[in-house]
Amino acid sequence: MEALTNRSKAVDRRPMTVWEKMYLPVIAKGMGTTLKHFFMKKPTINYPEETRPFSPVFRGLHVLNRDEEGRERCTACGLCAVACPAEAITMEAAERKEGEENLYREEKYAARYEINMLRCIFCGLCEEACPKDAIYLSETFTPSNFTRQSFIYGKPDLLIPDPVKEPELYQKAKGERAKKN
Amino acid sequence: MNITTILFWFLTVLAIGSALMVIVSRNPVYSVLSLILTFFAISGHYLLLNAQFLFIVNLIVYAGAIMVLFLFVLMLMNLNSESEPSRQKWLKFAGTIAGGCLLLVLVAALRDVDSKSTYALVNAGDSGLIENLGKTLFRDYVVPFEISSILFLSAMVGAVVLGKKE
Amino acid sequence: MMLLSIDLTFLLEKAVLISAVIAISLVAAMYSTWMERKVAAYMQDRIGPTRAGWGGLLQPLADGLKLFMKEEIIPNASNKFLFVLGPGLAMMTAMMTSAVIPWGKEIHIGEKVVSLQIADINIGILYIFGVVSMGVYGIMIGGWASNNKFSLLAALRGASQMISYELAMGLAIIALLMLTGSLSLRTIVEQQSTGWWYFFKQPLGFLIFLVCAFAETNRTPFDLPEAENELNFGYHQEYSSMKLGFYLFAEYINMFISSALMATLYFGGYDIPFVNDANLVNSWGVNAVAALQIAALFGKIFLFIFFFMWVRWTIPRFRYDQLMNLGWKGMIPLALLNMLVTAAWQLYRHA
Repeated sequence: MEALTNRSKAVDRRPMTVWEKMYLPVIAKGMGTTLKHFFMKKPTINYPEETRPFSPVFRGLHVLNRDEEGRERCTACGLCAVACPAEAITMEAAERKEGEENLYREEKYAARYEINMLRCIFCGLCEEACPKDAIYLSETFTPSNFTRQSFIYGKPDLLIPDPVKEPELYQKAKGERAKKN
Repeated sequence: MNITTILFWFLTVLAIGSALMVIVSRNPVYSVLSLILTFFAISGHYLLLNAQFLFIVNLIVYAGAIMVLFLFVLMLMNLNSESEPSRQKWLKFAGTIAGGCLLLVLVAALRDVDSKSTYALVNAGDSGLIENLGKTLFRDYVVPFEISSILFLSAMVGAVVLGKKE
Repeated sequence: MMLLSIDLTFLLEKAVLISAVIAISLVAAMYSTWMERKVAAYMQDRIGPTRAGWGGLLQPLADGLKLFMKEEIIPNASNKFLFVLGPGLAMMTAMMTSAVIPWGKEIHIGEKVVSLQIADINIGILYIFGVVSMGVYGIMIGGWASNNKFSLLAALRGASQMISYELAMGLAIIALLMLTGSLSLRTIVEQQSTGWWYFFKQPLGFLIFLVCAFAETNRTPFDLPEAENELNFGYHQEYSSMKLGFYLFAEYINMFISSALMATLYFGGYDIPFVNDANLVNSWGVNAVAALQIAALFGKIFLFIFFFMWVRWTIPRFRYDQLMNLGWKGMIPLALLNMLVTAAWQLYRHA
């Protein structure tokens, strides 16, 4: 067979020379290598205290966005559910009642909005499909859990905090990937 | 009663008891372990007689090396009470006679011993210390010493020849 | 001859000393496990335990607690008595060696002079040798009593390995003894604190002793009795809970003691390097110097323990035939040669 790379090396099966049989020089060389590594900088990142920077295209947990006045953007049009290749999104629409104008931006809103995080493949197609910029993927992981039920995220898990009432939490949850509007 | 006496009796009981265990116990591994204990007790007696070299050499050579080999062989063969061959009647008979003869000789020998006039030097005496022992061995008894080492050498050569594959 | 009205102060002094030495060796062994994890991590570009306490310093306690909490399993087909006896023996023989190592010269408490050595017997080295040769029983009994073929195989390996390397170790020590003329470890240290360390007079002897110490403590590259990937952890495969802990602990205590022994025999023991201890006593007082001496000894021990670990995380395990070849055809002839040369040199010097 023709060699695919020029890195292959034939195994040397000659009997060991006296120098090699002494083991010690080679051992000393190896110990030098390990000692060098002993003093090298460690690439470990202490996870909860330090985190690795996310890349700009990282797609993590979904966020249901609000507008500047704190109203939900989602109108339950269902385009995200249609776009979802993993069929992870379920929703139920409802009509906005009188006096709920400060809660929902449009006349129709999502009464129930669920994403099954075990099905989701974090492709970001829902984000692309959304005409209202109501959903986007942020820079967070899905935390581990013990039951399958707990991986079905409802509206309370997905909705971003109110920018008017809780501006600090809102800024924290917003992340880098939110559309600047 | 002083400490030496207490130790002496303790070691004596230990030595005789574990020596009996060597014979009595059915499991050969227990026998070997009891034998090791016996060696320890006897070494303790050496120490009481201030024979330090004998004490430690008994431990190193017998308890530390030879008994390890015994144990080694026993563990490899993995003997237990099921694999024990059934003894024939005449074997038991012969054993009783042989044991009785040994007892007779021992009793006869011990009867003549004048135990009152000889005292063991307990905790004193320096003939057991390494320096004195070495000087005696290499000054007064060089020839027997070297001859015995040649004996060992020939035994070793013999073992190698026997063990060598043809 | 001592009467039953025993010298109580003597007894008390020794009891305190023994407890202190045992406690120190246990703590040292405990923190060797922490150090081992740290050293291993740093050599593999990791940082090791950091969570339990500052820098993971409480990790050994956590490990110990974990071992205590684990279920105690005694296999049905095992020999129960010997199964329990094995770890105890391993631990006991590991601890016994520390009796003759001088940890420092002496301290003065009021009028009383307390020697920092449990027993200064004039067969010190032979005593250590005897106890080390006992060490194999813990492994053998434990391995056999488990009634498991891997354990048995490991026990037999361990026994033959230890017997083989004991010989070379003994021969290396004999060469040293020709120079010292004494078997008392205290005398050997005293000789070194006034003259050269024996390492400079016996470099080959030290090398042989070092290799044999690795083999005797079952450390990599000679850890064949517990070869993880061929024998499923070897002789302590069936052990769990603190009985397993005892075996693991005994290994670390062995390492600590052999480091102390190497420091004592070849690197001046409690001798403080580069200074004259006797002069220091005159200017600083006995107790301060004793503290310094203990610190010096522990510094040397620490370096040796680090060396043990450094080697472990560098060199792969030997194959069994390589081990035996090295022991019988490499180490023993070398040790004999070393002995002959030393004897010739002594003869020439004294002639």
